[in-house]
Amino acid sequence: MTPADDELARILDPSGAVVDREAREALDLKEEDLRAMYRAMALARQVDLECTALQRQGELAVYPPLLGQEAAQVGSAYALGEEDFVFPAYREVGVAIIRGIDLVEYTHFHRGTRHGGIDNPVDRRFAEVTIPIATHALHAVGWAMGTRKDGGRGCAIVYFGDGATSEGDFHEACNFAGVFKAPVIFFCQNNGWAISVPLARQTAGKIYRKADGYGFPGVRVDGNDVLAVYRATREATDRARADGTPTLIEAMTYRMGPHSTADDRSRYQPEEEIEQWRSLDPLFRFRKYLETEGAIDHAFVEQVENDAGELAAEIRTGIVEAPPRNVREIFEWTFTELPPHLTRQRDEVVAALEGEEEGAGG
Amino acid sequence: MADVTMAQALNGALRRALADDDRVLIFGEDVGTLGGVFRITDKLQAEFGEDRVFDTPLAESGIVGISVGLALAGWRPVPEIQFDGFSYPALDQVISHVAKYRFRSAGTVNMPIVLRIPCAGGIGAAEHHSESPEAYYAHTAGLKVVIPSTPIDAFNLLLSSIRDPDPVIFLEPKSRYWSKESGELEPNGLPIGRARVLREGEHGTLVTWGGMVPRCLQAAEAAAEDGVSLEVLDLRCLVPLDLEALIASARKTGRVVVVHEAPMTAGFGAEVVARVVEDAFEYLEAPVLRVTGYDTPYPPAKSEEYYLPDLDRILGAVQRTLTF
Ligand SMILES: Cc1ncc(C[n+]2csc(CCOP(=O)(O)OP(=O)(O)O)c2C)c(N)n1
Ligand SMILES: [Mg+2]
Repeated sequence: MTPADDELARILDPSGAVVDREAREALDLKEEDLRAMYRAMALARQVDLECTALQRQGELAVYPPLLGQEAAQVGSAYALGEEDFVFPAYREVGVAIIRGIDLVEYTHFHRGTRHGGIDNPVDRRFAEVTIPIATHALHAVGWAMGTRKDGGRGCAIVYFGDGATSEGDFHEACNFAGVFKAPVIFFCQNNGWAISVPLARQTAGKIYRKADGYGFPGVRVDGNDVLAVYRATREATDRARADGTPTLIEAMTYRMGPHSTADDRSRYQPEEEIEQWRSLDPLFRFRKYLETEGAIDHAFVEQVENDAGELAAEIRTGIVEAPPRNVREIFEWTFTELPPHLTRQRDEVVAALEGEEEGAGG
Repeated sequence: MADVTMAQALNGALRRALADDDRVLIFGEDVGTLGGVFRITDKLQAEFGEDRVFDTPLAESGIVGISVGLALAGWRPVPEIQFDGFSYPALDQVISHVAKYRFRSAGTVNMPIVLRIPCAGGIGAAEHHSESPEAYYAHTAGLKVVIPSTPIDAFNLLLSSIRDPDPVIFLEPKSRYWSKESGELEPNGLPIGRARVLREGEHGTLVTWGGMVPRCLQAAEAAAEDGVSLEVLDLRCLVPLDLEALIASARKTGRVVVVHEAPMTAGFGAEVVARVVEDAFEYLEAPVLRVTGYDTPYPPAKSEEYYLPDLDRILGAVQRTLTF
């Protein structure tokens, strides 16, 4: 499916020209917002390339790139308020950047030094990285229900892929959200592939239309148009805050990289398809637009590139030079209070390690 | 004879099963064009067509649920779950239906389903990609549970599992996928339910399965240097358990240490210990011990070396039984 589709909401065309002037004028985005969005997209791209490189150099165990999905992630995350709660899958570095997540901590997940990736997810309104597909959609619904019971204004946004819409948990989540009017935004990044399986194997219908069956709005948007994504998400949060109406957003985008650094996509992903989407690059499109509008200049673009390089270097140093973690952690994280059988197991490991150190020293 | 890896052996068994029985179907996530993330179904779709080997939507409960229906329609489904940690969405179908269909139909309907699941750790994988779920399945009456540790066993046990009229949970230890063995991929008629003595010994028995088999063999090697002769028993199947082989070895050596990757509490090792105590008590020289993963979730990759049983822990337990 390419973004030539009729039902696709769009503000910018692939060359960066405005195709829906009215929609553009109606956006509550100031010039500094536009620059911040561009900056986040550029940072996301650079961080992504750095993580891929770190994996190639053996510093990370595995990494799933977001290459090509920057607009979908940044446009949607930028539309959220502080009080809103993000439930990411595993590809959401662009969202993490907007939400101010510590990227070194986050990258430890990929290094294999910790699970989850986020300390204090509740305070930070950013849940743990979730690998079991679609399971977290229900968490988003539960959080939204709980917050609404407390009279809170926050809504939840859950990120998932096209493949995730095949799982039962996705459908249960939509159904619960519809029935309970849970203020949730189901944000599907339809990037055309679920590892090697193309969209046509996930559904014979259209993803955004699945919302009809659950009794709430579904919209399809050009996922490489950051402004259109922003608008769709903003409208969804407005609806959610007004009366709890959930929304399913299907952002049409494309996975420009492999599924993960462990994937050999030459076995299945057609080169022509990648080529076709290369001309729809979200970063290029937005930059063209901003340049035409005079919102950014060469100096700004250069500054952003510098910042991106610095952030990437910070992540590299932070992750490569991080001290090894203490093995006690895995025991102490299991329960609130360490039960006797685990105390025994922890002490056994610690004693063995101390013995080794002594042995090595002597 | 050529060297084959376990991955090649499993691929060979699936190819053979597809060729021998045109009711065999293979399906799951990424098993078609890609040939599976571990390439166990490599080229099978090209050889046997999309009708026999196909990618499904991303839905494990769906994959196992349709297997029940396909079995009712007279097919022999051999579905793949991509990783251990993603087998859980299908547990309802496995426990409520796959395991019980025969029972509920008063023995009139069989469920010849083989659910293949790459399992366990030791490969530095991300979260949810290193779990050892064998106890969940072994505890579910009506399921057979097979877990080979060598290429030739994997080939033969997969073929016998596919021919078996009952449902089989076929666990493939990922850390063994690239292990090599020289031998022919020719069916040898090995039935499921037989353990194998991989090394004979006098002073004690290491009972193990899957990814811990090579480590136990190393431990036995190391013990031999100190004059301790250990027997190594690879169970190969947890259900049905080869009680005869287990009890014979326990009676022979009088000392038993069970080694597995899964956490200790309610792990399958507990079952092994209980059987030994029940049937070989008067022959035992020492308590039967377990060396296992710890009772924590499977840790991040960088910590798995502390988590998985290693030579020191195995030999330490052996020492405790010797000095009891
Ligand atoms: C329950 C479950 N089954 C299988 C997997 C293995 N897996 C990881 S990602 C993936 C494909 C996901 O595709 P999609 O939802 O489109 O997201 P994308 O990776 O394209 O962002 C699969 C099958 C998993 N993580 N969880
Ligand atoms: Mg996808």
